[in-house]
Amino acid sequence: MTPGNTTMTRDTILKVEHLSMRFGGLMAINDLSLEAKRGEITALIGPNGAGKTTVFNCITGFYKPTMGMITLTQKDGDQFLLERLSDFEITKKAKVARTFQNIRLFSGLTVLENLLVAQHNKLMKASGYTIMGLLGLGSYKREADGAIELARQWLEKADLIDRADDPAGDLPYGAQRRLEIARAMCTGPELLCLDEPAAGLNPKESLALNTLLNSIRDETGTSILLIEHDMSVVMEISDHVVVLEYGQKISDGTPDHVKNDPKVIAAYLGVDDDELEEVMHEELDGGSH
Amino acid sequence: MPNTNSSANETAPGVMAQAVREGLFAGVLAFGMFLLYVGIETYQNIDNALVWRTRWGLLAIFVLVAAVGRFLIVGFVKPRLDRRKLSKAKAGIPEVSDDKGFFHKNFLKLSMLALVLYPPIVVSLYGVQGSLKFVDNFGIQILIYVMLAWGLNVVVGLAGLLDLGYVAFYAVGAYSYALLSDTFGLSFWLLLPLAGILAAFWGIILGFPVLRLRGDYLAIVTLAFGEIIRLVLMNWSDVTGGTAGISGIAKASIFGIWSFDVGADNNFAKVFGLPMSSAYYKIFLFYVILALCLITAYVTIKLRSMPIGRAWEALREDEIACRSLGIDTVKTKLTAFAIGAMFGGFAGSFFAARQGFVSPESFVFLESAVILAIVVLGGMGSLTGIAIAAVVMIGGTELLREMEFLKHVFGPDFTPELYRMLLFGLAMVAVMLFKPRGFVGSREPTAFLKERKAVSGSFTKEGHG
Repeated sequence: MTPGNTTMTRDTILKVEHLSMRFGGLMAINDLSLEAKRGEITALIGPNGAGKTTVFNCITGFYKPTMGMITLTQKDGDQFLLERLSDFEITKKAKVARTFQNIRLFSGLTVLENLLVAQHNKLMKASGYTIMGLLGLGSYKREADGAIELARQWLEKADLIDRADDPAGDLPYGAQRRLEIARAMCTGPELLCLDEPAAGLNPKESLALNTLLNSIRDETGTSILLIEHDMSVVMEISDHVVVLEYGQKISDGTPDHVKNDPKVIAAYLGVDDDELEEVMHEELDGGSH
Repeated sequence: MPNTNSSANETAPGVMAQAVREGLFAGVLAFGMFLLYVGIETYQNIDNALVWRTRWGLLAIFVLVAAVGRFLIVGFVKPRLDRRKLSKAKAGIPEVSDDKGFFHKNFLKLSMLALVLYPPIVVSLYGVQGSLKFVDNFGIQILIYVMLAWGLNVVVGLAGLLDLGYVAFYAVGAYSYALLSDTFGLSFWLLLPLAGILAAFWGIILGFPVLRLRGDYLAIVTLAFGEIIRLVLMNWSDVTGGTAGISGIAKASIFGIWSFDVGADNNFAKVFGLPMSSAYYKIFLFYVILALCLITAYVTIKLRSMPIGRAWEALREDEIACRSLGIDTVKTKLTAFAIGAMFGGFAGSFFAARQGFVSPESFVFLESAVILAIVVLGGMGSLTGIAIAAVVMIGGTELLREMEFLKHVFGPDFTPELYRMLLFGLAMVAVMLFKPRGFVGSREPTAFLKERKAVSGSFTKEGHG
């Protein structure tokens, strides 16, 4: 799958072009284009209802976009057009993993089992699609031990090693968030999409999350795309911020740039109509781009 | 604790008054409920006219049992239980103790031993001919249901897909054996795996269109599929014999070495110089179905700890999360359906070989419901719980046939086996009240780092399609 896009550079992992998503009469996303660089943390922010989660669902295949192209470039140069793949193929082939705004763990399975389910495709292959494994042939046993070892590493990183044999539904909220991230990482992704990972966390847990995300980026080289409301998380860890409002991009740049962008301030704090006009004029007169 | 003891010995007058009140209320309730069901009976008289007569005596017994039972429970049993709980709590004895008894620890080994020794013990106690009833009605009958319920457990208990038409695969297996052995004269041992494969094939055919549906919709379509198979068997008379079914189906042989056909030269009884009896065949069948059950259990346990089994359980917990982890949920559901159907097919071909006769009558919806009830009562996903539930439910209904003494209590017209659905209902209500997750509500994790801790039933989900 090589669309032969010449503008794509090696260090762009995700490129969204002219993405639109329409639900009946509602235009949830309108002609959105954005890029995420490899090895960076890209944050997608915006007021409630701006369409952030819709963008996520389009990227991860849970929605089929009405228009637009989403290109993912892997480390070795393979390219995938995500809008053409179904949701599970996006994780399996294009190596994009995601978490959910309202945590979706397998609450009746133990923490360890949650991480083993995430390694399903790898283990299926090793077990000869069950048949070889059932007969005790092939490399399944070694691979299964390897899977537990990988799970152990992620449990240590997410500080969950003591709760490994407890049911996932028994964990406190913050730990469930970390487990969901660890589980997504066990699929071996190149791009990790996190939908509000800091929602409902206390300041201490929020800090631990920052450390975890930074270590994921620095140690595994996985690129991260995250939606977040908690500005302390966004401003601290992201390398690149994209701001959405009403399904359109209103700002794009480094955290500092975005923080001082009048349009962003207007979107978040709200302004009177005439004031907004003023802001728009300033923007145009300044000729920033 | 002198204080508690003194107050414990005397029953508070308030409790007695309440017990009398609740007892009377239960009596009135029972009278209202059973007045039309038990108090009045319709029958055909000699002119074939439908007339009715009253059964006040029987109704009085029902009402008395309800009233006195409620009085005793409220007045005596409940206060005693409360006192015991209180004194235990005061003495600091934990409600749940960790150390299990010898019986509990070796439950599997003991039950295996009991099952293997069951036929010889019964034969030595009741003689060869007398053992027939125990081996056939209690042994084989229960084990068939154990196997069916374990097969359905893969679909309902592990993958969380509600299948109300499971009996269809049982029928496919039974008719596969009956038709292929009749037409081509193939042996049981060749057709047993073939019947399983054919049933699995039908499972996939059913699965493809319907697995996009979820929850109630899936249940309704599987229910319809079960009925379609039965109606086809009933109406395709040229092939299936219609409602008359197929009779004279060949018996299984001991791997072709010894036969159980009366006329054959290598008849088992003749070869060993034993008196002629159909009991040998039943004892042989008992071991065959026992082996089939063990294979089912082994495969299920093995699959649970493999990626496919974990994916089934994950699917039961959260389908969307499964898809986000790159699991092809359609294929995963199909494998669950196919493997569940395969076990149903095995059981079906065994059933045909045992009965020597199959007809659509044996594959009605009630069978599906009974198998599903066993899975739910036993605790979805737990093999031990399901086996216990099968013993209680199927053994219980068989036992009802034996309860002749009930005729002395309720009168000569009382036919106990007609009340087996009442038993099913009672068991369902009791289990759902006291153990809402079934006999064994917890699940055993398939992998662990430090120690294997059972997962409480309150965390697991039932699945929704």
